[in-house]
Amino acid sequence: MSKIFQHLVSSAVPVPIENIDTDQIIPARFLKATTRDGFGENLFRDWRFDANNQPKADFVLNNPVYNGKILVAGKNFGCGSSREHAAWAIGDYGFKVVVSSFFADIFKNNALNNFILPVQVSETFLDKVFKAIEADPKAEIEVDLENQFIRIVASGEQENFDINAYKKTCLRNGYDDIDYLLSLRQDIEKYEGTRAFNF
Amino acid sequence: MGKTLFDKIWDSHIVMSKPEHPDAVYINTHFIHEVTSPQAFDGLRKRGIPVFRPQKTRATADHNVPTLDQHLPIKEALSRHQVEMLTKNTAEFGVELYGLGHPYQGIVHVIGPELGITLPGMTIVCGDSHTSTHGAFGAVAFGIGTSEVEQVLATQCILQYKPKRMKIEVNGTLKKGVLSKDIILYIISKISASGATGYFVEYAGDAIRNLSMEARMTICNMSIEMGARGGLIAPDDITFNYIKGRQFAPQGADWDKALAYWKTLYSDNDAQFDKVLTFDAADIEPQITYGTNPGMGMGVTQHIPALDQVEEKERPSFKKSLEYMDLEPGSALLGKKIDYVFIGSCTNSRIEDLRLVADYVKGKRKADDVVVWIVPGSKQVEAQAIEEGIDKVFAEAGFQLREPGCSACLAMNEDKVPAGMYCISTSNRNFEGRQGPNARTFLASPLTAAAAALTGRVTDVREAFGH
Repeated sequence: MSKIFQHLVSSAVPVPIENIDTDQIIPARFLKATTRDGFGENLFRDWRFDANNQPKADFVLNNPVYNGKILVAGKNFGCGSSREHAAWAIGDYGFKVVVSSFFADIFKNNALNNFILPVQVSETFLDKVFKAIEADPKAEIEVDLENQFIRIVASGEQENFDINAYKKTCLRNGYDDIDYLLSLRQDIEKYEGTRAFNF
Repeated sequence: MGKTLFDKIWDSHIVMSKPEHPDAVYINTHFIHEVTSPQAFDGLRKRGIPVFRPQKTRATADHNVPTLDQHLPIKEALSRHQVEMLTKNTAEFGVELYGLGHPYQGIVHVIGPELGITLPGMTIVCGDSHTSTHGAFGAVAFGIGTSEVEQVLATQCILQYKPKRMKIEVNGTLKKGVLSKDIILYIISKISASGATGYFVEYAGDAIRNLSMEARMTICNMSIEMGARGGLIAPDDITFNYIKGRQFAPQGADWDKALAYWKTLYSDNDAQFDKVLTFDAADIEPQITYGTNPGMGMGVTQHIPALDQVEEKERPSFKKSLEYMDLEPGSALLGKKIDYVFIGSCTNSRIEDLRLVADYVKGKRKADDVVVWIVPGSKQVEAQAIEEGIDKVFAEAGFQLREPGCSACLAMNEDKVPAGMYCISTSNRNFEGRQGPNARTFLASPLTAAAAALTGRVTDVREAFGH
């Protein structure tokens, strides 16, 4: 998994369902691994495969027409369990960007910590993206981190998205939070010295 | 201007706050378990660094453990490996472990409070979204991902943006048969599964104040189910009386000093919240969910919304949800046949929950075709239940009292509800497949679950109280 994200033009995979929770993204019974690898094969496991492990033809990941590095989903994506395995599964499958009109907080942090960019757009723009993909499954979507915009390439329609400056720097340069926190060691020890109790 | 309780605690834990940066927040207590920690320990190994403050992290095995025959080796190889990794990692890095066989073992959000590890004013994190449970003590507690677990192991700090503040007031008196679980399910049904995303919630009002600590934990536990970063309740005498004398609570002169500080932990009268919601306890009836997220709930006597009552945009997700549940829009749930009853999880597996259920079912027998699993939250809860004879009440009722763990709440172990079956569950999530592939979950309170165990159907528990 690359530790840098800057710019991407790709077709996208639509999952127009709201409140997709992390149990759907990666069911609990697949959380038994002790490494971060290989979760992609169980991404959306129970929507993708039936009880006999046969692909369900009507699920978008089983439709070869749809592919790309961008996942587009309905609002409140990633709610529920804090399992970072959800972000690992999305990244391991090959997605670099998730587009939705609303993200759950923990998922957003987990995605960013794995160099997957959550792009939050208006409901109106999300509808436009879904419609563009419906009209042309190969429709290209451009995501530019530096200038913080997402564009439907064919129509030129675009919208800006928010990302905080710190996380933007991390994504563009491949820094992680631990590098920064480790640099604060003296401040942490100084803080500890000011507290009489551990609360 | 005054400060909210949340601001008081958050601000006093900031190690570094820089413009355009998230705050570096000091963490007092870090809980870990077998599922979300192995990759974090691996990260430390790769960086060649130790756990910075090993005495501030406590570990237990809960998510993946069997709830029968815990004295035997775990049969399932991957689960056994994960639990063994926890033992190995905690030994190597000097972290205390309450593993299988230890008298303190149990669900991480049950053991922290019962051991007096969870205290007012603390910052508490765990790689589990129900860490919000500990907020019942007036702590800032929230769930984190594994990369963040690694941050806390490495530095005892976490990088976080400060959430907004919401106050949810519940005033008035609860009706008979209505529990704190019903309060929180009711709130979530009103504001939706994302209604508090971006916020840290403080629960207030006399209906909350009058709850026991265990009932308060149930409320804070489910804060995440409406998207909140966490939920907390200002500590009071009920809190202090609960904590006093517990194993790891301050003692003697330390207790007096701690108490003096804890009494400053409340939201000032002129504190500003970004959002305030108010509910009337008298409006709340026993709740049940009908869909596949915790916001899809209603009073047990009500009807599932008809299609035309659902916003057009939301209809595809609503329909998908009801198809999964095999329920009709507009129908009632009362009288619906159920197959399983699960009483357990970090939401409702404490001794008060078991006592309530035991009082209700004493001398009665479960419906013949219903399987009833009671999974205590910890070894201490289990021991207490046996001491009080609750185990015998359950045995006479035909309920299985199992050993502690997360169990059928997330069905990582063998405790799975079979495909297509309906389970009325005291846990926190009714997501598709949560209790097993294609299992169907109705979330409810321990009393509503107990009533269903006896009748084999979705039941209004108030009937037994003659409402």
